[in-house]
Amino acid sequence: MLEALDATLLARLQFAFTVSFHFLFPSFTIGLASYLAVLEGLWLWTRREVYLDLYKYWLKIFALVFGMGVVSGIVMSYQFGTNWSVFSDRAGPIVGPLMAYEVLTAFFLEAGFLGVMLFGMDRVGRGLHFFATAAVAVGTFISAFWILAANSWMQTPVAYTTNAAGQFVPADWFAVIFNPSFPYRLVHTVFAAYLTTALAVGGVGAWHLLRDNANAAARKMFAMAMGMIMVVAPLQILAGDQHGLNTLEHQPVKVMAMEGHFESYDHGAPLVLLGWPDVAKREVLYSIDIPKASSLILKHSLDAPLAGLDSVDPKEWPPVAIVFWSFRVMVGLGFLMLGLGLLGLLARLRHRLYDWRLLHRFALAMGPAGFVTVIAGWVTTEVGRQPYTVYGLLRTAQSSSPLEAPAVATSLLAFMAVYFIVFGSGIYYILRLMGRSPQAGEPGPEPGLPLRAAGITPAPAVPSSAAAKGGGS
Amino acid sequence: MLALDLPTIWAFIIAFAIFAYVVMDGFDLGIGIMFSFIPPGLERDTAMNSIAPVWDGNETWLVLGGGGLLAAFPLAYGTIFSALYAPIVAMLLALIFRGVAFEFRARDPGHRRYWDFAFSLGSTVAGLAQGITLGALLQGIAVDSRVYAGGWFDWLTPFSLLVGVSLVCAYALLGATWLIMKTEGTLQARSYRLAVPLAVGTLVALALISAVTPYLSAVYWQRWFAFPQVLYTAQVPLLVAIASFVLFLGLRRRHHVTPFLMVLAIFTLTLAGLGISLFPHVVPPKITIWQAAAPDASLLFMLPGALVIVPIILTYTGFSYWVFRGKTRQDGYH
Ligand code: HDD
Ligand code: HEM
Ligand code: HEM
Repeated sequence: MLEALDATLLARLQFAFTVSFHFLFPSFTIGLASYLAVLEGLWLWTRREVYLDLYKYWLKIFALVFGMGVVSGIVMSYQFGTNWSVFSDRAGPIVGPLMAYEVLTAFFLEAGFLGVMLFGMDRVGRGLHFFATAAVAVGTFISAFWILAANSWMQTPVAYTTNAAGQFVPADWFAVIFNPSFPYRLVHTVFAAYLTTALAVGGVGAWHLLRDNANAAARKMFAMAMGMIMVVAPLQILAGDQHGLNTLEHQPVKVMAMEGHFESYDHGAPLVLLGWPDVAKREVLYSIDIPKASSLILKHSLDAPLAGLDSVDPKEWPPVAIVFWSFRVMVGLGFLMLGLGLLGLLARLRHRLYDWRLLHRFALAMGPAGFVTVIAGWVTTEVGRQPYTVYGLLRTAQSSSPLEAPAVATSLLAFMAVYFIVFGSGIYYILRLMGRSPQAGEPGPEPGLPLRAAGITPAPAVPSSAAAKGGGS
Repeated sequence: MLALDLPTIWAFIIAFAIFAYVVMDGFDLGIGIMFSFIPPGLERDTAMNSIAPVWDGNETWLVLGGGGLLAAFPLAYGTIFSALYAPIVAMLLALIFRGVAFEFRARDPGHRRYWDFAFSLGSTVAGLAQGITLGALLQGIAVDSRVYAGGWFDWLTPFSLLVGVSLVCAYALLGATWLIMKTEGTLQARSYRLAVPLAVGTLVALALISAVTPYLSAVYWQRWFAFPQVLYTAQVPLLVAIASFVLFLGLRRRHHVTPFLMVLAIFTLTLAGLGISLFPHVVPPKITIWQAAAPDASLLFMLPGALVIVPIILTYTGFSYWVFRGKTRQDGYH
């Protein structure tokens, strides 16, 4: 029995490790694909070369990030079967079709047009090329839609019955997809992807401005990123607050862990800013509180009573310390992003956007913040759902495959070694590309080979007669 | 359900996804398998460029095969992949190396040798693992009360290894004939030379597998040799023989397109043969498609997705192949 438990824990670690790595890439590609579509659209509209230079600069980075997103995603789509076979059997009838629709409507769209987007600039007309970029961007969004519908149903399962085999049978697909937590999670996650991208683009822009603040492309990307952060950061905090209220309604225990409320409060619960949750003692050590503020945020009234973890069986508790801390990392970084957005606004008003070095340093430091925040947010969500895979219905301990611990331990080590080598190299290549400053006449993502025809021709480069004869060069 | 037998429809849809995966990712995996026989430099870059714009779309069929299995036959998805844990994990890891190599080798000329090796090894291991998976599935998987009940190494047998090696050989053949079709000059000449031994190897392996399969289980024997089915099933080896003859003729006469088409035909026939052996089981020897199928509510919900969207996908996949039609120029797509 002890062994079975260990195998499940290892499988959870493996899932958490691989999905967290995977999500780093989509959270960048969802934002970057939209940014590329905007850049190409602006280029077609204004004909200003700086947009084309930026497009080609970021396209090379996009190609790398996307490739890593794809291969790490393929791992995810098989891991439900390898490590969570019981979960697959029971929840497959509901989660499976949602993910199948993701493949059909999103992955093929992205993959089908990706080749044209990356290598087709001189093979198709400008309009068609823009269409390909837009199709990839729309694909990334559709992808988020379906996978988050699946994940949200696992968080707040509704509209199902069960059959004799113990499977969840969908009763109303519309209600399954638009389950109670889905709209909040979709909005919050898509905003998160846009913020993550804006911070990364802003950080790269800042880096180049610090070295040469006359570079037109660096100025343009920095200004665009700061504008985006200024708009989205406050919206994201608002969305996060609404998301939290929704969680309180459907998964109150998760919120208790996020807030660090071991006890119930009858007359206004305090907001624990920082502290050390000690599960054995059932209290938050060294805590810094704001009296009654938690009730104000969650119930909109200073004196509203709020139940704590003491009102539920500890067998139903998620790992409190992890949830407590990951939540604080997310919210803390979220407010730092708001600060960056406001400083950007101030700089713009004072016409110092391109020469306020302190702002550039701050933006540079915040460049990777989005990735950290996104992972922290997902840890809050997923660890907070414990001890269930399908909240309240299917326990994590009962979801896993009948594998033994050494098998899972071996695969976990293999995944870790491969991910660190492969994605470590990939991240290094991305940083190297980012370290090169954007140039006028920026080359596209050609695979490091001699350039044939620079620039863009509106008509297919291969006349069809030549193609028919099978001749190219 | 009454007239509409949803599990059977879905079995065919998933078989189609697997077929699409095997032939499309097959040729780009095959190029990876052959990679160490292609000298570094222009020839390798050309081989890479001939698949760079399409490999991601090709691999998406694998995601549809896996995802579709989860959606339509969740019991099969769980039991097959947990039973074949080691080869599946090996395949996933191999696909990572090979997928990133496209971009990495271009970004890092200093280490191109290493990424080329990763590409080649990743493709070979992926093909081998897929073949082993198939072989192990044909042998049967022990299941008890809806979970896998066999040992850790049940998948490892001479038969599964034979299927693994055959698939590697067959993928390489597909890759070689793709390069014959898509390239010219020295790379094309090299591909013609490689294609002949690969074709011989593939056909010998195919013959061996066909000879052994009926002895794996009496059920397979029945499905192939019982009268009157045998009148239909006998057509499969006959057609394979014809396609092989045309393949060798095409290679001899230096045709550009015929060899690729004939290898496609051989793949199609082999998969049809596989279907004859398995149907209606999805996890032999016990679980049939009807036992493994998701509830009708799930199968019905996905049907429009499959029947409407798959043709659309095929259309724009065709479009993207069309954009990159013709011979791959040795200096890449720019
Ligand atoms: C740039 C990213 C980012 C930023 C700045 C924030 N979040 Fe967030 N948050 C996410 C990125 C994210 C996420 C990674 O996207 C999560 C994981 C699942 C989800 O829906 O979004 C998440 C989850 C998540 C949850 C968990 C919901 C659940 O599990 O049911 C709550 C309550 C909040 N967030 C609340 C906030 C608040 C109050 C923020 C104010 C500063 C905030 N988030 C900023
Ligand atoms: C991409 C962002 C995601 C991240 C970072 C993430 C993170 C995690 C983490 C940290 C765990 C481990 C929980 C624990 O240790 O107790 C986990 C488990 C799990 N998550 Fe997620 N998750 C993400 C998205 C999803 C999605 C979209 C799904 C489903 C469609 C999903 C399904 C699961 C399942 C099945 C488990 C395993 C069972 C468990 O331990 O809860 N996750 N995930
Ligand atoms: C357990 C959960 C997940 C699974 C099983 C999964 C599966 C996959 C697969 C198979 C791919 C490769 C598709 C291809 O071949 O092109 C992929 C890529 C992608 N996934 Fe995930 N995914 C998960 C979590 C997420 C989440 C939470 C999001 C977004 C909110 C997401 C968004 C994307 C996007 C946008 C891509 C496109 C490739 C890229 O942008 O890098 N995925 N995913």
